[in-house]
Amino acid sequence: MIEVSDLTKLYGERRALGPVSFRVTAGDVVGFLGLNGAGKSTALRILACDLLPSGGDVRIDGMDVVDSALAVRTLVGFLPDRPPVYPEMTVAEYLRFVARLRGVPASQAAAHVADVVSLTHVEGVLHQMIGSLSQGYAQRVGIAQAIVHRPRLLILDEPFTGLDPVQIVEMRALIRGFARQHTVLLSSHNLGEIREICDRILVIREGRLVAHGTEAELTSHMRGHVHIEVTVRGDGEAAAARARALPGVVATQLRRDAEREGLCDLAIDAETDVREALCRDLVSAGLGVLRLDRAQRELEQVFVELSRGDGA
Amino acid sequence: MTAIGLIFRRELAAFVRSPIGYVIAAIVLCIDGLLYNAFALGGRPRLSAEVIHDFFYFSSGTTMVAAIFLAMRLLAEERQMGTLVLLRTAPIREVDVVLGKFLSALVYLTLITVATLHLPLLVLVNGKVSMGHLWVGYSGLLLIGSAALAIGLLGSALAPNQLVAGVTGAGLLVLMLVLWLAARVADPPVRELLEALALHARHFAPFMDGVLHTRDVFYYLAVTFFFLLCTTKALEARRWR
Repeated sequence: MIEVSDLTKLYGERRALGPVSFRVTAGDVVGFLGLNGAGKSTALRILACDLLPSGGDVRIDGMDVVDSALAVRTLVGFLPDRPPVYPEMTVAEYLRFVARLRGVPASQAAAHVADVVSLTHVEGVLHQMIGSLSQGYAQRVGIAQAIVHRPRLLILDEPFTGLDPVQIVEMRALIRGFARQHTVLLSSHNLGEIREICDRILVIREGRLVAHGTEAELTSHMRGHVHIEVTVRGDGEAAAARARALPGVVATQLRRDAEREGLCDLAIDAETDVREALCRDLVSAGLGVLRLDRAQRELEQVFVELSRGDGA
Repeated sequence: MTAIGLIFRRELAAFVRSPIGYVIAAIVLCIDGLLYNAFALGGRPRLSAEVIHDFFYFSSGTTMVAAIFLAMRLLAEERQMGTLVLLRTAPIREVDVVLGKFLSALVYLTLITVATLHLPLLVLVNGKVSMGHLWVGYSGLLLIGSAALAIGLLGSALAPNQLVAGVTGAGLLVLMLVLWLAARVADPPVRELLEALALHARHFAPFMDGVLHTRDVFYYLAVTFFFLLCTTKALEARRWR
């Protein structure tokens, strides 16, 4: 779907991006992770044909973003970090305008608008002026405009900015829903969101791609080991011993919390992902497994290291 | 053509829905009326043709100012609100955006200009008005307004916000207007060149008298085309930044 090779972008003398190369296959949900100014938005804007690259080759569906910009734009839906909405238009007028602008024939525009209105749940504000909407609804309208022409590639730049926790959950579900029909590329500072939504992660630092892969690949590659956290009810020492007996487990650390009687937390360092075998073993030993997961802060630590340049 | 039409309709609706469109129209009509009453009609008996001549002279000024005010928001406001990216990532060309916006502003400016028609028609109370004179005079107003809109649109394409867009557009307009002053201190053939390029002096005077020269029509169309072309190129160049 997307082939990027040696892409660079210069703003005057300053190199904002590149050279970076990566590929995204159709149906993937890929997250761009990086600090402010890392080059995420620049990369996304080039892919959306908003900016021209200074060098390199960018192809979407085999078409060059410079030579075939108009054709590429029909395939792409783009939500920038600020939803590009006109406050003096109603939601219905705006979505119809965008649908027509993006090449949807007049006879089909109403059907396209009805679809995205239903998908993004903006039925209740359809005839309201966009200027009177809350930020959450404005962001939904922003998403709706990005998909109203049914693009094959959806590019979302910081889609969770300014949303409250409930809206974030809704937005996450919305993006997950798109992933079935679209290739999705999104950028975010929020590691939790990237982890929840994306199949693959591209980490950008100072305009360069410093790591890419699945969350598991990134953490394993960077940290060498897999970190697992388990909460068990029962004999913690026995649980630690059973964990240590599993092949690949390097170390265990037991933590008891006096306030939670009968419960203990076990931190496990393993060469491979032993979650399945561990769970089976603990349950067969009669221990209650209340929680078993990869360490929550693992990707965060990897991101911090990559962003600082410790691991690149 | 579809893209031009879509942008044209959206922009025209924005003029009609926003207070700025009404404010500009009200100010232009008010100033036109005051200037007409105070100077064109005056307090002494005058020939009808002189009144009409002065009416078009003063109206040309208010039309150019209105054009700059109408044009300044067209692209700079989109940039300020972050909506320009919507147009830039749509499968349309920069020239479609420029033409759609220019035509919407031109139609709105035409509506404002036509709303002044009662002023010269008041001459009919005590005098005679040549309809040909009015047709030619209003054609001149629309042509000079069209050129001023194109100049203002370039200012809007270059500026980061509406205020700077207005100042840039006004600066370019004044520059085009005062070329005749520069011509007075220049030697031939530069003098002829500057006189020929000046926006008002040589080219608008025949319209005020009800005389239509194709060279003047061509001049205003050429100025409009040139500045619209510059605006399109300015938008295209911004993709590199």
